[in-house]
Amino acid sequence: MAELHVELVAADRKVWSGAATIVVARTASGDTGIMPGHTPVLSVLESGPVTIRTTDGGTVIAAVHGGFISFADNKLSLLAEIAELADEIDVNRAERALELAKSESDAHAERRAEVRLVAAGRKAA
Amino acid sequence: MGAQLRVYKRRIRSVTATKKITKAMEMISASRIVKAQRAVAASTPYADELTRAVTAVATRSNAKHPLTHEKPNASRAAVLLLTADRGLAGGYSTNAIKQAVALTARLKAEGKEVVTYIAGRKGVQYYGFRNLPVAQSWTGFSDKPTYGDAKTVAATLIEAFTAETGGVDELHLVSTKFLSMLTQTAVDARLLPLKLDEVQLSDDKPAKTEIFPLYDFEPSAEGVLDALLPRYVESRIYNALLQSAASEHAARRRAMKSATDNAGELIKSLTRLANSARQAEITQEISEIVGGANALADASAGSE
Repeated sequence: MAELHVELVAADRKVWSGAATIVVARTASGDTGIMPGHTPVLSVLESGPVTIRTTDGGTVIAAVHGGFISFADNKLSLLAEIAELADEIDVNRAERALELAKSESDAHAERRAEVRLVAAGRKAA
Repeated sequence: MGAQLRVYKRRIRSVTATKKITKAMEMISASRIVKAQRAVAASTPYADELTRAVTAVATRSNAKHPLTHEKPNASRAAVLLLTADRGLAGGYSTNAIKQAVALTARLKAEGKEVVTYIAGRKGVQYYGFRNLPVAQSWTGFSDKPTYGDAKTVAATLIEAFTAETGGVDELHLVSTKFLSMLTQTAVDARLLPLKLDEVQLSDDKPAKTEIFPLYDFEPSAEGVLDALLPRYVESRIYNALLQSAASEHAARRRAMKSATDNAGELIKSLTRLANSARQAEITQEISEIVGGANALADASAGSE
């Protein structure tokens, strides 16, 4: 089966890398799914969950906040200023952050907290 | 105990206490260098991928962007100086400040007005003491910078650079490069306007000359560049902050090592002096006793 190589890097560390069959990420023009053999693309990522289906049938979900996705030669790079894997996310903290952001009506922080919760599977997208 | 001996003993005690402190600082710095180096290494994949993306956009489209726009006859230049928050790091901050002062003089000789931005308390103190104007300063993260810190600094500078009026025409960065555990050099580099044809990787290798595929840019080449370039500047500043932090720890370790060595030597020579003072005291006491006994003997001999 065709596969593509994925590198998910945050500004201060490499978050995840490995082989995958499809990667779904939210770009400026909507959710984009990239499969092996996709045309080379370079686009801007929105805050949102990224879903990576690995070749061994597993699923890796991460919350990313701002960044880029670039794909060429079956190599996919996801660059994010902040990226967290679903199992690294502290749900209680994200919920508290969401409450705080709502009470301060900080739309940006609210979106970030929501994305975290979505990625952690505690909320519908 | 004689007065002289007491003074020596007291000095030995105080130097021993100082030595313990410098030894502890040396060991703390040594462990932090490793951490700081690891942080530099961890930020490399992001910087490299970002550089690749910027180069790809630059080679595949001729999009223009304010951050790459070279203004003819630039009249105002900004200098960002990275120093330490704390002292006791040998010449670390001084070297960076010297480099910044030299750069400022050079820019002024070119007829440019210089606006100074500073990160780190030592630089702020230097400029504050001499009443030199500082546009903005940041403190509190010199030994452990995060990406958020770099973002804050970069946002201010990009804003100053893109401002319609009263902005700056170019931006220079003075930081300390971590070459090895023993060598760190203060360097200055022009950060903005960016020259896309000489975009560099984080560790000074020139960008690899590879043929980039024909990317589809979403939403557009300009849109991508718009989002990419500020990130690129942030990443450059982040890298400079991390390297400076590693250099600071290395400089502090070295300074504290020589302080510890010097304290050891001082203790040794003070111990020698204390020993000879004690010996002199004993000799004097003996000769006093002998002299006294002789005088007594002479006196009793005379009376008989």
